[in-house]
Amino acid sequence: MLSRVADSLYWMSRYLERAENTVRQLDVTMSLMLDTGGASAETRWERLMASLGKPDGVKWDGDMESTARALVFDSTNHISVTYCLNGARENARQVREEISSEQWQRLNRLFHHMHSPHAQAQFHSNINDSLAGVVDGIHLFKGVSDTTMIHGQGWQFIRLGRYLERAYATATLLEIYQPDLFQEQERDHSGYQYLELVGLLRCCTSFEAYCQVYTADLSPDRILEFLLLNRDFPHAIRYCVDGIRDSIDSIQRTGGRRSPDELTAVIGRLHAMLGYTTVGEILAGDAAAFLHTIREQCMRIHDLIYRYYVHYSIQSALAA
Amino acid sequence: MGEGRFGAGAGHPPAGRSSFVTGALNSRSGKLQVHMSAGHTVEMDALFGDYPLDQAFDEMREANGDLRPHYRALAETLARLPQDELQRRKQSADLSFLTQGITFTVYGRDEGTERIFPYDLLPRLITGQEWDRIERGLTQRITALNLFLRDVYSDAKILNDRVIPRELVYSCKHYRRQMRGLQVPRNVYIAVVGSDLLRLNTGEFVVLEDNLRVPSGVSYMLTNRRVMKRTFPQLFHSYGVRPIEHYPQVLLATLRSLAPEGRPEPNIVLLTPGVFNSAYFEHTYLARQMGIDLVEGRDLVTHDNIVYMRTTDGLKRVDVIYRRVDDDFSDPLIFRSDSSLGCGGLFNAYRAGNVTVTNAFGTGLADDKAVYAYVPDMIRYYLNEDAILPNVKTFLLGEEKQRKHVLANLDKLVVKAVGESGGYGMLIGPQSTASQREEFARQIEANPRNYIAQPTLDFSRAPCLIGNRLEPRHVDLRPYVLCGDSVNIVPGGLTRVALEKGSLVVNSSQGGGSKDTWILE
Repeated sequence: MLSRVADSLYWMSRYLERAENTVRQLDVTMSLMLDTGGASAETRWERLMASLGKPDGVKWDGDMESTARALVFDSTNHISVTYCLNGARENARQVREEISSEQWQRLNRLFHHMHSPHAQAQFHSNINDSLAGVVDGIHLFKGVSDTTMIHGQGWQFIRLGRYLERAYATATLLEIYQPDLFQEQERDHSGYQYLELVGLLRCCTSFEAYCQVYTADLSPDRILEFLLLNRDFPHAIRYCVDGIRDSIDSIQRTGGRRSPDELTAVIGRLHAMLGYTTVGEILAGDAAAFLHTIREQCMRIHDLIYRYYVHYSIQSALAA
Repeated sequence: MGEGRFGAGAGHPPAGRSSFVTGALNSRSGKLQVHMSAGHTVEMDALFGDYPLDQAFDEMREANGDLRPHYRALAETLARLPQDELQRRKQSADLSFLTQGITFTVYGRDEGTERIFPYDLLPRLITGQEWDRIERGLTQRITALNLFLRDVYSDAKILNDRVIPRELVYSCKHYRRQMRGLQVPRNVYIAVVGSDLLRLNTGEFVVLEDNLRVPSGVSYMLTNRRVMKRTFPQLFHSYGVRPIEHYPQVLLATLRSLAPEGRPEPNIVLLTPGVFNSAYFEHTYLARQMGIDLVEGRDLVTHDNIVYMRTTDGLKRVDVIYRRVDDDFSDPLIFRSDSSLGCGGLFNAYRAGNVTVTNAFGTGLADDKAVYAYVPDMIRYYLNEDAILPNVKTFLLGEEKQRKHVLANLDKLVVKAVGESGGYGMLIGPQSTASQREEFARQIEANPRNYIAQPTLDFSRAPCLIGNRLEPRHVDLRPYVLCGDSVNIVPGGLTRVALEKGSLVVNSSQGGGSKDTWILE
């Protein structure tokens, strides 16, 4: 497949994943703010911004709706939902011939919806419905992607984008939450702590999945274990890294004249790090550094994907 | 087009249409009525209102106001629909265009708003008999044009025989001296053509211009058809319309037939200027329908006169390029050096015969509006036949006598720059101001070779849905001709409409729209 096309599919997918992440975190933060106990609105907002990568231009002004509106509709802001959807669609538009009509129409509908007066009005009257509508749109897109597209290289680049973005976002989220989570404190029976923990899980749509594995007995170390090391849950980092490994394997199998040794080595190390470590060991060591390493390795994988598949030199390609 | 065919739509309510549908016009009031079998008379007033008829040929109605036989079923269906139904179908069709992304971008201060390509809901109908003549005429024309290009870029016999003035050819800005003596695969210079036809008030089709460089619009022909089949399914079925949907397949076969020797499984690509080109939708559409890669100049590299594209698996050789980038921008080493849309080295690879690029470079020579005037002479010279589709009378301003005549009659004529397309660089005499005419007169005097003039044509009009009513609007017809091993024309084309009342300009860049074209069996 054309390198430029792979590049666009990869970014289309990353932007969509990013939009979904922003929506979910915003939704959780707003619902936590309804309860008066626990952290202040400002602290929560700070945390939200930090886990979204500290975007410029979005300031907490004391009014939930206007700030949330900026995070959803302000297309100049790089993590806003609209910015991400614009980016996803622009990338899709450049590879119209590579994606299925169903995918394009789904994405296009979501794009036009976000730019319609109706979306603004709905946001005003019912923020939750409005946010749920966006997530629905993205889920539908993923659904038609899986059912209407050939599961060839293009699809694998879509998966790569999705899992890399997700692993990075989850690692960021855990890194931000992690200091508060493990503060020595009395077990608090007021219920506020419970809400906080549910909030963290819901940021990764993982509350129900967590309960199936551990029951509703929420504890910080188990949450960390679940979101980092679970091999079966699609939002767990380990699952994402396994997905990245599978996709690279598949891309190599279907073409791959040159073997991307350095790329497979980095992914393999990350895979081993998550597969052969227990949460006890992580907590005994420096958990923040562990999470930070994951983020760094994700960035490195991104660079190497570019070096092997997109921005390679012509001399090296002719020699191969 | 027999009457009987309307009756053949058995199973479609109501049966036996032709026997009970007659259109008659009460010429004083302009009322048009359709008489139904049960003795009902449907007033078509609401729909037709004042539907003016004058000198121009009306596609739907004869000069005396009667419906043309092949338009009766359409008129009847429209009259039968409840008032809101037509609007409802229009909205549903609009939505379909929008979600399919069949839009063009209007660039402004903001991030660019997208509009759907303007179209009209009512099909334009052409009888099979009329079409057959068009088909023969276009086949003859493309054959002669290919022979002409081959001749001019090799022995130049037609110039030596003084059929066409030498200076006219060599002064053409689309003449490419780099093409001299170059062997073009199968001698096909032009593989894809979209000629613009008009119907004059005699009912005869004439060729207004040949688009031989990178003609566009075929995707609108194809998507219009898809939407229309959903909008008027029964009507479509009852008419027995010739299919056009196989166009991408024929195009692919055409491109394949032009591949360099010794490349049995050619890698065929479509070269686009990129996402900011106004025809980008079409490029993606065709690439997808043909199952070939859509490449931009930056995806291509050349090495040892071979063209490659950059893929995730390394470099892959390219054999045939369906080029949608203008000559000037195709290869910065040969043509415009400031272009970043093309691929350096492409022309040399082409010259070496390692890659086929189609349409060939320099084909714009043959659609120069002054060279156009000689196409009937070319047909006679190369094929020893008379042109089946006539030209529009054209005044060459390089010739003094003709120039004088034109300058004296600027208010009656249409003046066009020879190398332009898309309705740019044009003066429509009757609709111009005195100062515009003066300006053009100055430009003509300064560079007469650069302009031609033609009479203002009163070309045909077809009914369009304007608001809730039918009104006639000027239309042209652009069929798409493919030439590889053989000449193929899918039966249909893009009917372009001047949606502004009274306007004669059908170009989409200037307020034109399109409608589906049904060629009847």
